Amino acid sequence: MSKTTPQQDFFRGIWRENPVLMQMLGLCPALAVTNSLENAIVMGIATFFVLTGSSLLVSLVKTIVPGEVRISTYILIIATFVTVADMTLEALVPDIHKALGAFVALIVVNCIILARQEAFASKNPVGRALLDAFGTGVGFMIAMVMMGSVREILGAGTLLGVKVIPGRFEPWVIFVLPPGGFLTLGFWLLLLAWFHQRRAEREKLARLPDAAVSGKEAA
Amino acid sequence: MTVPAQFQPKPDVPAWRLLLTLGLGGALAGFVLVFVYQLTLPVIERNKAERLAAAVQEVLKAPDHYDTLYVFDGALTKTLPPGGDPKKLETLYLGYTVDGAPIGFAIASAQAGFQDQVRLIFGYDHAAGTLLGMKVLESKETPGLGDKIEKSEPFVSQFDGVQAPLKGVKAREGTGDPHEVDMITGATISSRTVIRIINDALDRVGPMLDAYRASPAPAAGAEAGR
Repeated sequence: MSKTTPQQDFFRGIWRENPVLMQMLGLCPALAVTNSLENAIVMGIATFFVLTGSSLLVSLVKTIVPGEVRISTYILIIATFVTVADMTLEALVPDIHKALGAFVALIVVNCIILARQEAFASKNPVGRALLDAFGTGVGFMIAMVMMGSVREILGAGTLLGVKVIPGRFEPWVIFVLPPGGFLTLGFWLLLLAWFHQRRAEREKLARLPDAAVSGKEAA
Repeated sequence: MTVPAQFQPKPDVPAWRLLLTLGLGGALAGFVLVFVYQLTLPVIERNKAERLAAAVQEVLKAPDHYDTLYVFDGALTKTLPPGGDPKKLETLYLGYTVDGAPIGFAIASAQAGFQDQVRLIFGYDHAAGTLLGMKVLESKETPGLGDKIEKSEPFVSQFDGVQAPLKGVKAREGTGDPHEVDMITGATISSRTVIRIINDALDRVGPMLDAYRASPAPAAGAEAGR
């Protein structure tokens, strides 16, 4: 773990260890508030802010916080950032804040954030902890945008409130309802799994001749 | 999960250090939150007031000015009663035309809908007994079905000019009765909720409106409000 480069610290969270699409963490907000792209993006920004702030602070105080109370301290730090984000959203974007409902406050118990603190920020220097938080935050944002755009286009025929499907289109309302969240997530995961499988098979095929050659040489 | 070296429990960490860490952390967090709260509170309250003012303007057909009336002790008063908290008392709004003639009352009320509380405001011309308009302030009704109570123009526009008390009828089965409101197909519960909120609110405040009109206060209020 200590041998990763800064690039790996950053890009790991975006793709190989994407919190939603690979680690299956933070599914609750990814299903609940992605009924429009706008809501999904605001939720992504709020999570990014809380994750970055918490990782920075946790990494800064890691040597002075006794191990016995570390989890309580993380929660204290995370909850403070979440409350700040909650009040700021209510002041700046009251409509979206209302649409997100309890899910902003629930970032406190978002397992992506707690996992990054316990697994990374509390063991690594500030710079690396920040890079890791940026990567994971961007990865979460990408997943939210993937969910939100599909659901809004199919469920309302719009994207960020702008009509994108021309003509007489009857919106598939189910996509903005809870079942649509599960369907969309399922199809994205299916697509990504297929993509990964194909790549894994190609890599296996690429390795095969080498193995055959080295086998012959050994013989 | 293996506990990293620096988190291995050390027997020599005294209890006061644990208390101090969490106590200090909590105090710092408290300071930050108070600071942000004081920074955002005025903006949040301004947003809410603006939203309400816009809704009153809409349901009273753009009054020239309006009075805020407080419900206190089962009666309406224009002046804040002593000891009353303006944020806790129920308020109505009485709108006037440019020449001081009352247009009607804007009344906000809420009840349980299909998913969650539906909160709406409606304009009511008490003299004629007709509604002036209705606007949903808060609802979480089903997108595409129940949320038509908020978004469907044909449904919302019916509340302009309908006679109180309202009576919900199935679409296209109306008899032309001025009390009738066509409900939304597929959103019966949400439609009924809107009608029930308005009827119940009028039952509740109707006597107060009568009393307020009968008292000499409105005329004086209209003068003062100009």
